[in-house]
Amino acid sequence: MTALLTLDGVSLAFADNPVLVEVGLSVAAGRIVTVVGPNGAGKSTLLKVALGLLPADRGRVERAPGVTVGYVPQRLVVPPTLPLSVRRFLSMAGSAGLEVALERVGAGHVLGRQVQRLSGGELQRVMLARALLRRPQLLVLDEPVGGVDMAGQAELYDLIAALAREEGCGVLLVSHDLHLVMAATDEVVCLNRHVCCAGHPEAVSRHPEYLALFGPRVAASLAVYTHAHDHAHLADGTVAAPPHRHGPECSHG
Amino acid sequence: MDELLVRALAAGGGLALVAGPFGCFVVWRRMAYFGDALAHGALLGLVAATAFGIEPSLGVVVVAVGAALGLARLERQRRLGTDTLLGIFAHGALAIGLVALSLMETVRIDLMGWLFGDVLAVRWLDVATIWLGGAGMLAALAALWPTLVAMTVDEDLARVEGRPVAAARLGLMLLVALVVAVAMKIVGILLVTALLVIPAAAARPFARTPEQMAAGAMAAGVVAVAAGMAASWRLDTPTGPSIVVAAVALFAFSQSFRRNT
Repeated sequence: MTALLTLDGVSLAFADNPVLVEVGLSVAAGRIVTVVGPNGAGKSTLLKVALGLLPADRGRVERAPGVTVGYVPQRLVVPPTLPLSVRRFLSMAGSAGLEVALERVGAGHVLGRQVQRLSGGELQRVMLARALLRRPQLLVLDEPVGGVDMAGQAELYDLIAALAREEGCGVLLVSHDLHLVMAATDEVVCLNRHVCCAGHPEAVSRHPEYLALFGPRVAASLAVYTHAHDHAHLADGTVAAPPHRHGPECSHG
Repeated sequence: MDELLVRALAAGGGLALVAGPFGCFVVWRRMAYFGDALAHGALLGLVAATAFGIEPSLGVVVVAVGAALGLARLERQRRLGTDTLLGIFAHGALAIGLVALSLMETVRIDLMGWLFGDVLAVRWLDVATIWLGGAGMLAALAALWPTLVAMTVDEDLARVEGRPVAAARLGLMLLVALVVAVAMKIVGILLVTALLVIPAAAARPFARTPEQMAAGAMAAGVVAVAAGMAASWRLDTPTGPSIVVAAVALFAFSQSFRRNT
């Protein structure tokens, strides 16, 4: 499968402070690549280099010719002096199907509102809707669920996964919340200025570099989540009767 | 009606129509000080043009456009803030202009007229310049409009969506420079920015989209020009300041309305 986006040996320094060192990654159609890393690891900078918003000092950045990119920046600060309805904001990306795009991200009710009056989570959904309106082949998302409530986060990640699986969209996303991302993602790139480790989420979460970066507690809680072990195996591999404690919702015997 | 008044109204009204949409961008993109700096610097062009015996307005346009280009370049260096650079340029150019003017004993310039505007000195040629030039500037702005609005919302987003951000930014600076140069004659160097900023600010509470605010600013500007000129005519007050006072009154009135949400 041909890559929509390829970075190879990309380095960038701001005033002699290296921000990215020899970073490489590749996003193919239908694949979700997630960049994780601590604050200041260069995640947002990496996305900007990938989008061509920042020039790399060294290395190769290639986007497939003519590829349509949908971008959701980490933050959007619209000047309060600029009157801007959600409808007008969305119309910058496409004139048809505004309502449909908003419904898809679960924000159908905000079409008539002013952008500045949206909550953080609503704005995040509206920005994703605008990216979708462009019918992107490549989605670049910088913390796309920041400020969204927990249930909404899962919904949005499901939507992003569906875009990749059903519409063949390539996705490059940055995230702090490792838990939710891991389930949907094909490849994790663990970034701390350089690529510490990269690969399948399960493999990365056990990688010593990853453990060193995030500490064993975060890593452990993650491992529990990706393989939610709520049962025990007997010696022959069959599942043992779980030590179940009935809750108020339980309707079984 | 007196021909003088018709001519003044035609010039002022045309200017207000042009200033409205540009004023919106001055407000949205915080360019008020930029407009001020260009107007102050234009005095230098005025003095130079007079010294060399060419049309003063031409000198003003050349300096305003040159300053816009220079400031666009200087903005890219990060040692000094843009406001500091503009302050140095604005007051430096104004002071140099005033000093140069005092040294030229043989040249007479109606300094008060340029500082505060002299609508009575407007000729039919100026009216034609405002309407034809203004139409051209509005057409250019219309072409840049989608990009300019998109980059005012978020520059990175506009660039990713393939919009010509750098060209639009430079285009806007040049066009604002031209508007300032044209408007100076009516409201004067010291009050030029007022004609850009105040009608736009007055239109803000009534607008839900950028386009509505631009239309509102055009309307508010025309009302301010008409009211200011009428007052100036009756009370024998200076025209430029009277227009600005009328605009301020409109702005104050508009603020009693709750901002549209």
